[in-house]
Amino acid sequence: MIPGEPLIRWDWIASHLDEYAFRLVEHVQLTVIAVGVGFVIAFALSLLILRMPRTETPITWVTGTLYTIPSLALFVILVPYTGFTILTAEIGLVSYTLLILIRNIVRGIRGVPAEVREAAVGMGYAPREMLWRIELPLALAVIMAGVRLATITTIGLVTVTSLIGQGGFGFLILIGIQRFFTTELIAGAVLSVALAVVADALLVLLQRRLTPWARAA
Amino acid sequence: MNRSIGLAIPFIVAALVASACGGAGTSGGAKPAITIGSTNFSEQLVLGELYGQILEANGYTVTRRFNLGNREIVFPALESGQIDMEVEYLATLLAFVDKTATGSTDPKVTATALQKALMAKGITVLDYAPAVDQNGFVVTKATADRHRLAKLSDLAPVGPQLVLGGPPECPNREFCALGLKNKYGITFKEFKALDAGGPITVQALIGGQIDVGLMFTSDATIAVRGFVLLEDDKQLQLSDNVAPVVRNDYLSKAGDDFRRLVNSIAPKLTTAELTGLNKLVEVDKKDPKDVAREWLKKQGLIQ
Amino acid sequence: MTLLRDVARWFAEPAHYRGTDAVQARLLEHVEVSGLAVLIGVLLALPLGLYLGHTGRLGFVAVNVANIGRAIPSLAAIALAIPVAGTLLGAQNALGFWPTFLAMVPLAIPPILTNTYVAVRGVDRDVTEAARGMGLSEAGILRGIELPLAMPLILAGIRTAAVSVVATATLGAVVAFGGLGRYIVDGLALREYDRLMAGALLVALLAIVVEFTFGALERLSVSPGIRSERRAF
Repeated sequence: MIPGEPLIRWDWIASHLDEYAFRLVEHVQLTVIAVGVGFVIAFALSLLILRMPRTETPITWVTGTLYTIPSLALFVILVPYTGFTILTAEIGLVSYTLLILIRNIVRGIRGVPAEVREAAVGMGYAPREMLWRIELPLALAVIMAGVRLATITTIGLVTVTSLIGQGGFGFLILIGIQRFFTTELIAGAVLSVALAVVADALLVLLQRRLTPWARAA
Repeated sequence: MNRSIGLAIPFIVAALVASACGGAGTSGGAKPAITIGSTNFSEQLVLGELYGQILEANGYTVTRRFNLGNREIVFPALESGQIDMEVEYLATLLAFVDKTATGSTDPKVTATALQKALMAKGITVLDYAPAVDQNGFVVTKATADRHRLAKLSDLAPVGPQLVLGGPPECPNREFCALGLKNKYGITFKEFKALDAGGPITVQALIGGQIDVGLMFTSDATIAVRGFVLLEDDKQLQLSDNVAPVVRNDYLSKAGDDFRRLVNSIAPKLTTAELTGLNKLVEVDKKDPKDVAREWLKKQGLIQ
Repeated sequence: MTLLRDVARWFAEPAHYRGTDAVQARLLEHVEVSGLAVLIGVLLALPLGLYLGHTGRLGFVAVNVANIGRAIPSLAAIALAIPVAGTLLGAQNALGFWPTFLAMVPLAIPPILTNTYVAVRGVDRDVTEAARGMGLSEAGILRGIELPLAMPLILAGIRTAAVSVVATATLGAVVAFGGLGRYIVDGLALREYDRLMAGALLVALLAIVVEFTFGALERLSVSPGIRSERRAF
């Protein structure tokens, strides 16, 4: 630490609010795209698993393996092929959401009690209607738990994309490391966590809205 | 908020695709949008800002892709068109691009050799500045006293007892560990991969994890920390003058105005000025953007 | 793909098994820092989780601390750990192993804490009430009933923590740590993509080994009395 350097320079933060706003937008965009695209892919794969249980093992194996590749490596491996672009960041970020989302979507839908299914069949529900009208709403709690986890994990991972020129708040962290500037370092870390907390809270609200029949957990 | 993000995404994707395709047609006229890149140490951030801001002040749209990594990563980005321009150092870039080329301590000679080497890659080197930033090898005062070190030749007898710290590419670079071995006959006990003369190297010197660290000669931290910069008595380092390098396809789109603006910086940028800029950024923790703007104003280059 | 061939060649090169950068040396460093971080995480989070789960207090805190813990950017944590390590352990320990280790512990705690809490809470109230009625002490209930029943889920939490730590410890290479991250960071800087991929592969393999080992332990830890079809999820 440079002697005399305060832990946080508040005046620096105050004069750089526009930079922070830019990084916030970048961070949110990267996250929203990743979770959004990840959810669509995960949903499709989950339906596949539910219809054809034999696909479960290979799909779990692939998404699980993607998950174990350290984020640093995954992003940098893609750089020679897709460059320092948002695409590179998103390929990596989306890959990490898949395991969590698929696991929760599948578990959620399988968790719907058999009696409910039988009752629905008895009432004349076709399989398609069953999915959208019965299974999904009842599985929502577990699915949302997965979305929350995926979102928070993604927000943390976005910071690693700073090493390939993206980064959101991770950019502040990287600058903080390179210039030994603790203000940037702490600001980047705190803002990243704060964003995760806010995102989580918003998703919980969304969940309550979507499942009015469920008692608050 | 979600809706505006959703609207922004296609534009961002389109802009990225457009810039990847060389930006053809996205902004006509003689002031085409430019992407400036930089490597990952703080002096590069200031230099990038200097060139970026002088262009912005004159109507150019500048996209900054700073801090991408080391030269091994950034120069290919220039070659492939992901960035249009970056700020380099004559002799080191020459050695990087053409291992057989001989640089010299005369910047004019080095610049000519560099331009020749860059011709095939479709890149042009514009005017170089008097400012020089070379690799320097630094020890703590305690280490210097213990082994009586004042110049690099003094390291030869004691090298095998010492640990060298530097960026991961150092063992392969002629101006780094490789050159120390070839020109000075210095071998070290161990090499530790750290950062490019940044705070990790500084911390490692202070903490004793390394004995000799690579730092850049225009880095104000050396003086602030009381480190000893070992003299390059056999002239391993050559003329590493600061010079911007630009892709030819960008130059052909831009007018003479672009060259004039970029070249106006070189005459004013001396080593003393550069070290001063570095001090403001590294020691006083001022923002590279502000430091660059103040300097450009002081030099009368922008309003 | 030629890259796979290059990686295979990288692994076949005997020089890569000698010296400070040897595969076995880096692997050992990585296992050391990860293992120690998970161990400390268990020592801190397990008793706390057991206590909170048993008494039912502060559940909200337990679960949400876990969520926040996953969001802390590890790169920042490691960088901030440098001055902490320097102050606590002296400047000579401010880089490398200690800041990496210190930053991994907060990563390991949340999954262990949450899972332990949820697992103990999930033990059937009737069973614990019956035990209380039979005169078992609170500690006895915890030790003899709740812990064994909670064990599979607790081990799942430790498994999650271990895999996260193994993957994230790669970032330690940015602050002069060795470990498998060294291959990734150096590989990127030197554009030696075979080295980079080799490092990534080794980390992935290590993580998979950890997954399977703990998965097996989980299955074995299910009390014989209630052994049933258990998915590895």
